[in-house]
Amino acid sequence: MSRKISMKQAINEALDLEMRRDPTVIVMGEDIVGGTGAQGEDDAWGGVLGVTKGLYAKHGDRLMDTPLSESAYIGAAVGAAACGLRPVAELMFLDFMGVCFDQIFNQAAKFRYMFGGKAETPVVIRGMVGAGFRAAAQHSQMLTPLFTHIPGLKVVCPSNAYDAKGLLIQSIRDNDPVIFCEHKNLYGLECEVPAESYAIPFGEANVLRDGDDVTIVSYGLTVHRAMEAAAALAKDGTEAEVIDLRTLSPIDWDTIVESVERTGRLVVVDEAHPRCNLATDIAAFVGQNAFGALKAGIQMVTAPHTPVPFAPSLEDLYVPSADSIASAVKRTLSPKGASPRIAA
Amino acid sequence: MAQNPFPLGKDELLKAYRTMRTIREFEERLHVDFAKGDIPGFVHLYAGEEACATGIMMHLNDNDRIASTHRGHGHCIAKGVDVHAMMAEIYGRSTGACRGKGGSMHIADLSKGMMGANGILGAGAPLICGAALAAKVRGDRGVGITFVGDGASNQGTFLESLNLAAVWNLPVVFVVENNGYAESTAMEWAVSCDSYVDRATGFGMPGVTVDGTDFFAVYEAAGEIIRRARDGGGPALLECNMVRFYGHFEGDAQTYRAKGELEAIRASRDCLTILSERVIEAGVIGRDELQAIDREVNALIEDATRAAKAAPLPTPDDLLRDVYVAY
Ligand SMILES: Cc1ncc(C[n+]2csc(CCOP(=O)(O)OP(=O)(O)O)c2C)c(N)n1
Ligand SMILES: [Mg+2]
Repeated sequence: MSRKISMKQAINEALDLEMRRDPTVIVMGEDIVGGTGAQGEDDAWGGVLGVTKGLYAKHGDRLMDTPLSESAYIGAAVGAAACGLRPVAELMFLDFMGVCFDQIFNQAAKFRYMFGGKAETPVVIRGMVGAGFRAAAQHSQMLTPLFTHIPGLKVVCPSNAYDAKGLLIQSIRDNDPVIFCEHKNLYGLECEVPAESYAIPFGEANVLRDGDDVTIVSYGLTVHRAMEAAAALAKDGTEAEVIDLRTLSPIDWDTIVESVERTGRLVVVDEAHPRCNLATDIAAFVGQNAFGALKAGIQMVTAPHTPVPFAPSLEDLYVPSADSIASAVKRTLSPKGASPRIAA
Repeated sequence: MAQNPFPLGKDELLKAYRTMRTIREFEERLHVDFAKGDIPGFVHLYAGEEACATGIMMHLNDNDRIASTHRGHGHCIAKGVDVHAMMAEIYGRSTGACRGKGGSMHIADLSKGMMGANGILGAGAPLICGAALAAKVRGDRGVGITFVGDGASNQGTFLESLNLAAVWNLPVVFVVENNGYAESTAMEWAVSCDSYVDRATGFGMPGVTVDGTDFFAVYEAAGEIIRRARDGGGPALLECNMVRFYGHFEGDAQTYRAKGELEAIRASRDCLTILSERVIEAGVIGRDELQAIDREVNALIEDATRAAKAAPLPTPDDLLRDVYVAY
């Protein structure tokens, strides 16, 4: 049975189903239940934006509120994972990674390799990413490139409710540490989602739209901007193929390269800052592995090399727009050499 | 006129009242305008907690530094940040304290020694150790005050800073603003020790707990430990027990509170009422004098709001400006 639910509900459902299936799954985070130690209602928050609401009634103490001590509880989730549990730790805004990054990139990410293949750390660290919420510089970042840079971490960033559910279930079952990035501006977006459990394998991109003229690759919120751009371009007769990466590490190189070999043109869209991000990563890979197929220079559309501004009037300019993606596509269609140099 | 039984003269008392009233009025205006949908982003109000910021900041000058929290408007106002610039910042305008780039959670005015509200819990504590270190190196008798909530007092950054400040004998005061909750989680559950004084002792510094709704209690305790820090006596911790009148952020339904809790604290623990009654009862200040201040403050906030709404937006160029000093 399938019905329309939001990405927020889909994440809640994935947690619920996995907690039912596997008693080693525990969920922890700040105010993910809410009201702990207070005299009012139980489950008073269910997470800052209500993502885990209602799970406490179903699973009781397997949902644990934490003190405001990210280093300690994220590290504890990592340690518990290395000792047989499957913790899902919520880090509210992934910007708070700054507080506890050691436990993730020096500890969780390295156990497997550093201990000669003898450790498994099946921890999921999930939280919000992305701009557009008027939440300013420390609550809006798209830090995905930092995570993909680290060997040993897997990185997931769904663009819709269906993928969020299947990818979170896979993340919990996966035996490596996973950073699960939830774009806060997609929480309310609904789509058809089966009620039953299903897992979406890592490293399989989703081709959202077929087209032979140009390939647009993105992930998260900007997938929707890419689809808008593709719809606008179709009116002028340009057919764009739109690829939603879904997982950034591992990444589905085959689908990207196969598409570019057919279209000969590539636009990569990333909400992260322009230096050393997913867009540059993919552009370099395609440049190295499919150079012969390219009919035009690769175009990258990213956020600027600035922190996220608070003022709505500036933040709206910050996130890549459908217009900027469509313009990038047009640059790939114009004669070689015509594209302006884009400053980073 | 009766003899003044307070540790401050009448002018100073009027100033304290004006500061507290300005904070209250500022926050209540935001509460109303947020509900109307006028204000973007997250807004955490300081209403109910005014006595703490005010009682402490009365001892500071522009050379003393403070590091604030996500609930920073009260600290800003008490430290002398311009109310018009604050309001414009919250509205994302180019006339804002941070030219619209920071918003409510990042208001700063370095010229006033205000090193920023902060979106990261506990982040202010190491920074203020640095400010105090700079003052110590310069030998200018400046002190650093960091504010931290009961929740954020569990951050490693905060606990490490207590130790660092003690080891380096820095002129720092760690102010724990204990309003009983971190978002929806009770302080009693989340903080493992019974008293912050014990925590301070564990880090080798004095700790003091005061009723943070009593302006005079805060003022006197803060005065003593700030003087001590200024004179090279080292860091100390001040816990202010207080109450927050609105939700964690605007939009919080506060179902974690006991029934009647909010009404009760508003009725019995309103720091502005407590201060007013005391000075009036003592015959030092007349009710009409306070009401005159109320009217002036009301006009000030009205004007700041009107000006903020009419102020220009940042221009597209501002998006790329000020990432570096030079690049
Ligand atoms: C490192 C970090 N973790 C979590 C948060 C999210 N957060 C913002 S305010 C808050 C509660 C803070 O409680 P407390 O320190 O008691 O201050 P209060 O809000 O009561 O003034 C939380 C969890 C954050 N901003 N930064
Ligand atoms: Mg608190």
